[in-house]
Amino acid sequence: MSNKHLMTGNEAAAEAAIQAGCRYYYGYPITPQNELMNHMAMRMPQVGGTFIQAESEIAAIYMAYGSAAAGARVMTSSSSPGISLKQEGISYLAGSELPCVIVNVQRGGPGLGDISPSQADYFQAVKGGGHGDYHTLVLAPSSVQELADLVYDAFDLADRYRNPVMVLGDAQLGQMVEPVEFSRPPRTYFPKKKWAITGAEGRPRNIIKSFYPVKGELEEFNLYLQRKYQKIEEKEVRYEEINTYYSEIALVAYGTCARICKEVIRKASPLGYRIGLLRPISLWPFPKEALRNLSERVKAFLVIEMSAGQMVEDVRLSVLGRCPVHFYGRTGGGVPSSKAVLEKVLEIIPTVSAGPLEMAEMGLPPKVD
Amino acid sequence: MEVLYSPPETLIRTSTHYCPGCGHGIVQRLIAEIIDEWGIRGKTIGLAPVGCAVLAYNYLDIDMSEAAHGRPPAVATGIKRVHPDKLVFSYQGDGDLAAIGLAETIHAANRGENITVIFTNNAVYGMTNGQMAPTTLLGQRTLTSPEGRSSSAHGYPLRICELLATVEGSSYLERVSITSPENINKAKEAIKKGFKTQMEKRGFSLIEILCPCPVYWRMGAVESMRFIDEEMTRTYPLGVFKDWEKIAT
Repeated sequence: MSNKHLMTGNEAAAEAAIQAGCRYYYGYPITPQNELMNHMAMRMPQVGGTFIQAESEIAAIYMAYGSAAAGARVMTSSSSPGISLKQEGISYLAGSELPCVIVNVQRGGPGLGDISPSQADYFQAVKGGGHGDYHTLVLAPSSVQELADLVYDAFDLADRYRNPVMVLGDAQLGQMVEPVEFSRPPRTYFPKKKWAITGAEGRPRNIIKSFYPVKGELEEFNLYLQRKYQKIEEKEVRYEEINTYYSEIALVAYGTCARICKEVIRKASPLGYRIGLLRPISLWPFPKEALRNLSERVKAFLVIEMSAGQMVEDVRLSVLGRCPVHFYGRTGGGVPSSKAVLEKVLEIIPTVSAGPLEMAEMGLPPKVD
Repeated sequence: MEVLYSPPETLIRTSTHYCPGCGHGIVQRLIAEIIDEWGIRGKTIGLAPVGCAVLAYNYLDIDMSEAAHGRPPAVATGIKRVHPDKLVFSYQGDGDLAAIGLAETIHAANRGENITVIFTNNAVYGMTNGQMAPTTLLGQRTLTSPEGRSSSAHGYPLRICELLATVEGSSYLERVSITSPENINKAKEAIKKGFKTQMEKRGFSLIEILCPCPVYWRMGAVESMRFIDEEMTRTYPLGVFKDWEKIAT
């Protein structure tokens, strides 16, 4: 598949996984991610892979655990309530250092919530979700193309660090149809996993475990995990900066909200307002350094989320009071309009700037990507 | 000097963490013996449960993984689908298999998943100090049924072999005990039959083994064996509940 295809984000995520060499998929139906598992049900038999509609989200994540332990590239997906059910398994995957890709097409919560777009699973995704001191890498796409690209990358990251990787989308990204190109070569060669359980033919046996009953061993293992996470924080931060160089206000948003913010920048530009955007692509590791640097240049941040305010905490921790961090969010399935965000920007501007005229006098028209 | 009998090579020579009179050591030794006899150490993958037997990999020198409480049939499914030509078995207790993991058990059986489950039923949660299990006998005292299990308060003992016999996808189901050399030999034959079922790709097999837990039954080792023979088998009769070789196809 090298040409452009019109696909939903859900289908693109599934197809990208197949291109990345994923041949095992286990899932359970839940809206708004159903197209993903439907695509897998169709495609896996075509490529000699395995698709199982599991009896529960819990069974699905543990089937994934089994295939990961056996050395295969494997994926599961769900939406918020189902991801909550998978948390035990994600903790076990992290504790057993098993590579696995998990797609969360977020919907409104808490509880059964609704099936509208949401970013209210941010805490769950980046702070752990399950029990214990662990992290999953979390990647947040903002277009169907990027969703496909990040799913493809997620498999490499999972294998490189022997760690679960979550791709955090939302109902809008999952359901939206956009052109997508699978330009990367389909993966056919994979690094050897010497630790996998394959039958101990001619070698010492392998054990996949997260149980360390001897006093001190678990702490030692946790410290090792922390060193691994530190390496990930040093090497795997991803973000995009738009129009931030001359901006006084920087928007911070990921995923669907980042798309809306790009529209805000376009709308603000003719009015003479210079607004920038920092879009975290990796939510863990979080682009702390980039935000810290940006806080030296801008006068205020405005964080936009489809939640009551979750990522904003990490922005504040990164900025450490160097400049004000404002927040605008919609929750419970609400999606911010560009108009509402722009109004919020206009509220903040008098607190940080002399106004648009002064900026226009600088003779620097806003650059919009 | 002629060696007449020696421990199986697959059984790691180490001290045991199991309590005196516990059944796990016997069952795990049987598995090791079969692996040796059939020469399948390099072709076998085992799953250790949550509970006393989590450290099964301390005794069995084969590739093994832990699985969370109740999840071994799902994990075994994921492994078996990647390695369809390897022998994949899960080793599970009654809380793991019949309570928290009942859904995984039934659905793995119903898919006809080509795995073997070794189900040790000792009618109690051992690792957590002896609480009531789904398989606890009526009248049996445990920490959470201190007056004895009553059907009105706690429900009835769950008969797994009988339950799974109604599931079309299951292929071989047998309940055995390990209360005498004769019964231990029968248990070994049953495990062999379970493994054979899988190796011939006949689908889901489960061997239920009635096991003693003297510490949480508050009995001596010998008394525990007698209790299985005289009391436990009245609720859980021994025998074959399903056999693909005897079902006309």
